[in-house]
Amino acid sequence: MTTPHLLVHDRKDNVGVVVVEGLEAGTEMLCVVTHDNSDFRLVARQAVPIGHKVALRDLKAGDTVIKYGQDIGRIVADVGQGEHVHVHNLKTKRW
Amino acid sequence: MSTGKKIWAYRRENGRVGVRNYVAILPVDDISNAACVAVANHIQGTIALPHAYGRLQFGEDLELHFRTMIGTGANPNVAACIVIGIEPHWTQKIVDGIAATGKPVAGFWIEGNGDIATIAAASRKAKEFVHQTSGQVRVECDLEELWIAAKCGESDTTTGLASCPTVGNMYDKLIPAGLYGCFGETSELTGAEHLAAARAATPEVREKFMKTWQAYQDDVIEAHKTSDLSDSQPTKGNIAGGLTTIEEKALGNLEKIGKKVSFIDVLEPAEAPARGAGLYFMDTSSAAAECCTLQAAAGYVLHIFPTGQGNVIGNPIMPVIKVTGNPRTVRLMSEHVDVDVSGIVRREMTIDQAGDALIDMIVRTANGRYTAAEALGHQEFVMTKLYRSA
Repeated sequence: MTTPHLLVHDRKDNVGVVVVEGLEAGTEMLCVVTHDNSDFRLVARQAVPIGHKVALRDLKAGDTVIKYGQDIGRIVADVGQGEHVHVHNLKTKRW
Repeated sequence: MSTGKKIWAYRRENGRVGVRNYVAILPVDDISNAACVAVANHIQGTIALPHAYGRLQFGEDLELHFRTMIGTGANPNVAACIVIGIEPHWTQKIVDGIAATGKPVAGFWIEGNGDIATIAAASRKAKEFVHQTSGQVRVECDLEELWIAAKCGESDTTTGLASCPTVGNMYDKLIPAGLYGCFGETSELTGAEHLAAARAATPEVREKFMKTWQAYQDDVIEAHKTSDLSDSQPTKGNIAGGLTTIEEKALGNLEKIGKKVSFIDVLEPAEAPARGAGLYFMDTSSAAAECCTLQAAAGYVLHIFPTGQGNVIGNPIMPVIKVTGNPRTVRLMSEHVDVDVSGIVRREMTIDQAGDALIDMIVRTANGRYTAAEALGHQEFVMTKLYRSA
């Protein structure tokens, strides 16, 4: 298998993790779901650093972000598919 | 069922297996640090363990202090121990606690003697201990006789994808064979506490876990917070590495307990496990040095530390093996990495292969290989303090 750009833990997830350095906007990413080794393609709409997340579909303020098949917080500013999901648009539901 | 893997290690008087052979010079209190450091500077083959506390503590906090001091001296990586305090009573209490293991231990106190006479007497005894222990020969032991703790730090999203699942895979393989395991980090399970609770072996253990976790939320966070905890949990390093929320961090953290094993008890900080081989949860801070110090005091002789962004933590008596799955960290900070599992995120390495590579490194480290943290001189020894002293 060629080296993936993005890894997704679970099929239910709506974000994935960039696992290559220097990912540029416009890259057609190879995305792999680690749970079942399935893959798909997605275009990165922004340059996203290694380790940071990309939205797998359009997410609206108030939506729950799912990673590991679990709730990791809520969207606080709309994010388009292929865009960077980070602390500017995702917040905890806890403290 | 044994893995059949063998290590060369030190069999202690109480039957436990150690992987290092230190003569420790342990201060009872902060003001005895100078004497302990002087002895360790004088007598080669000894190690001083200076720390910040030990005066005017009371109640549960004092009990934790004694448990940490006694547990550190009693750790099987310590062959013999010198204890130095300001006065004889608390010094003797720690000496007696360590002596229960059967290892050589002696106490000295400074009041009425002064630093110089105390250092002279303690140095003479320390030299005797060095001669007594430095010729001890490693013997063949089963790998599963080790007690191995884990804690992650400077985590990022690769921690949950690669390095923590690697630790989990090792636990899934070695705990059923008889290993003692340990995870902690009470605050950092927030967001995954329901998944952690589901891994308790019995309803009683589950209830104990939830009580411990809830007490942290109520007594520490609610009592002391000035805003939310988003500036500390996740840390700035976590956020730089791509983590966003405590829930996301916790879910990655919990990957290190593997898929199969349940935890069989909930330990107080620095409490020795007493229910036989298996995985234990310990109520600890998520700060690396505090957590490692408590796990070493509970008797764990090796530590596995998955890191994403590159935490450099070490411990003076317990070798800390670093595992990372972040290719950037491998590129920029390779001197801190013992096991590189970045092949997982490139899909060149499976979690199962990574777990085996970690087990190989555990065997080599147990046999005497220095970890990156040992070679770089990291000896972070940090006591947990529960509240202000009297």
